[in-house]
Amino acid sequence: MTAAFRLTDTTLRDGSHALSHRFTEEQVRAIAGALDAAGVPVIELSHGDGLGGSSFNYGFSARDERDLLAEAADVVRRAKLAVLLLPGIGVAWDLKVVREIGAGVARIATHCTEADIAEQHIRMAKELGMEAVGFLMMSHMVEPPKLVEQARLMESYGADCVYVVDSAGALTIPQARERVRALRDALGCEIGFHAHNNLSLAVANSLAAIEEGATQIDGCLSGLGAGAGNCPIEILAAVCDRLGIPTGVDPFALMDAAEEVVRPIMPRQQIIDRSALLLGYAGVYSSFLLHAERASERYGVPTHEILVELGKRKVVGGQEDMIVDVAVELAARSERGDI
Amino acid sequence: MERVPCAVVGTGNIGTDLMEKLRRSEVLELRAMVGIDPQSEGLAKARSYGIEATHDGIDWLLAHTDGIRLVFEATSAKIHARHAPLLRDAGLVAIDLTPAAVGPAVVPPVNLRQHLEEPNVNMITCGGQATAPIVAAVSRVTRVPYAEIVSTVASRSAGPGTRQNIDEFTQRTARGLESIGGAEHGKAIIILNPAEPPIVMRNTVYCALPGGADRDAVAASIQEMVTEVASYVPGYRLKSPPLFEDGSFRTPAGEVPARVIALLEVEGAGDYLPRYAGNLDIMTASAVRVAETLAVERLREGIPP
Repeated sequence: MTAAFRLTDTTLRDGSHALSHRFTEEQVRAIAGALDAAGVPVIELSHGDGLGGSSFNYGFSARDERDLLAEAADVVRRAKLAVLLLPGIGVAWDLKVVREIGAGVARIATHCTEADIAEQHIRMAKELGMEAVGFLMMSHMVEPPKLVEQARLMESYGADCVYVVDSAGALTIPQARERVRALRDALGCEIGFHAHNNLSLAVANSLAAIEEGATQIDGCLSGLGAGAGNCPIEILAAVCDRLGIPTGVDPFALMDAAEEVVRPIMPRQQIIDRSALLLGYAGVYSSFLLHAERASERYGVPTHEILVELGKRKVVGGQEDMIVDVAVELAARSERGDI
Repeated sequence: MERVPCAVVGTGNIGTDLMEKLRRSEVLELRAMVGIDPQSEGLAKARSYGIEATHDGIDWLLAHTDGIRLVFEATSAKIHARHAPLLRDAGLVAIDLTPAAVGPAVVPPVNLRQHLEEPNVNMITCGGQATAPIVAAVSRVTRVPYAEIVSTVASRSAGPGTRQNIDEFTQRTARGLESIGGAEHGKAIIILNPAEPPIVMRNTVYCALPGGADRDAVAASIQEMVTEVASYVPGYRLKSPPLFEDGSFRTPAGEVPARVIALLEVEGAGDYLPRYAGNLDIMTASAVRVAETLAVERLREGIPP
């Protein structure tokens, strides 16, 4: 039976945030191998902030992402390999390198109002014969008509699919639904949905997206990802099974992989604690969480206060440098007794 | 001192902001605004100031060079690539604000003195003007194995040229951190933020520090450089004193035990461009500083124009 949607696993990309970008060759081989064996059709791998993300600002990778991609390419037999690229962080040239290593899908991510900075990268992906996916991050920050306008730009550059990306895990079910529906109605290309679980809605929003016509869905084993994590694919697969939605993947193999391959390497469980919940509530980029915790420790201000302040300032994805800025300012304020 | 005649080619936002700044210069005299669009607001403004304004483009300028010695190019990389040889043959010194990079990149307090005789100098990028001086301030005190910058600008202040070729910004800025800043490896990141009201340009500079670096000297050198840049970009300031963080950072140049972080804000002067557009203001303010320095020094040294 044909699958109702194509599953893209991003354990080795979004999950990289949760591991502070320290995946090893062995872990990559084990995870990519298990995903491939379970029938997952697309596996994304790169630094959490995309190609070229290894930096002071986002954290240095323990291993070169290109070497890790080569390990994944070596073990997968059926799955396509994908990479993420954020224009402004990585460059179009990076795609040539990963194309040669074996990546077949280029996912080009911009803030949901800045799609036009992705033109050269989407075109480059197509020139290289890759599948191009447009990734509109922080989609909760704009209303559906604006999102449609931006998605149309990505489609016009050649994107084969455009994603509604809930980077902050801030979308409620109706909000996720109306965004996917608006894109579905306006675009000719495929529509995708990428969830974060900060409001405990990752699986529910993904199901709503499928109902509205999304044909590409992201998730991670055990939800391993930024903030409270992504949509756990073993749960999504199990729920879809119960609902009679064909997924094309083996839910039992995914449960095994989540339990036996990913859980043992998780630095902590993907729980929705106060800070994670506040990411969703205040609409803050999920990968800020661990950076905010480190800044909290260094500058002696509570993590949740940093996150709330970042939300107030309408900081967007990639502005991790603002976390230190906010922490320093809050520390100075509390020293003066302003709080 | 008699003021040195100059012209601005390109009458959009940047060219018009240059005009406003040049009207205040005690060293330069703006003789002509050169555009191609008769409806241009910049040209109308120039006329209202009594400045010669033409929409006949570079051909007009080449036919009316009398006395003009310096030309600001505020068009596009493609157009400047075509203009550059024409200006050079006409004996005009070009200060290029486009990404054409025909001539060497200059940052006034760091390397301008090495390029006083060039017929064409380039202003790199807004991020480069804002951050290369800080890297240079650190590298004059200690080795900088790796430097990284993050420039965040208001979406509204990023024009179509920047948007369509954002890689050019990151790559050229990164090279500037190396060739001008003195870092062994450089990386640049740019973020566009659409918040309303628009945010003021932000820059964060991270420099890797080798063990035993003299932190007081690094901090003092950064402060001194900020004062120097602020002398020609009044809205350029540190948000907090330089921050030193210990850790083990696996940079592309090897592991380092510490880093220094400079958090900078650049608010525009609000001449023609809005105040939040510090990224554009730092380009025009730096270009005027470059031109003033060239005017004074070339004349003093007897270098032909």
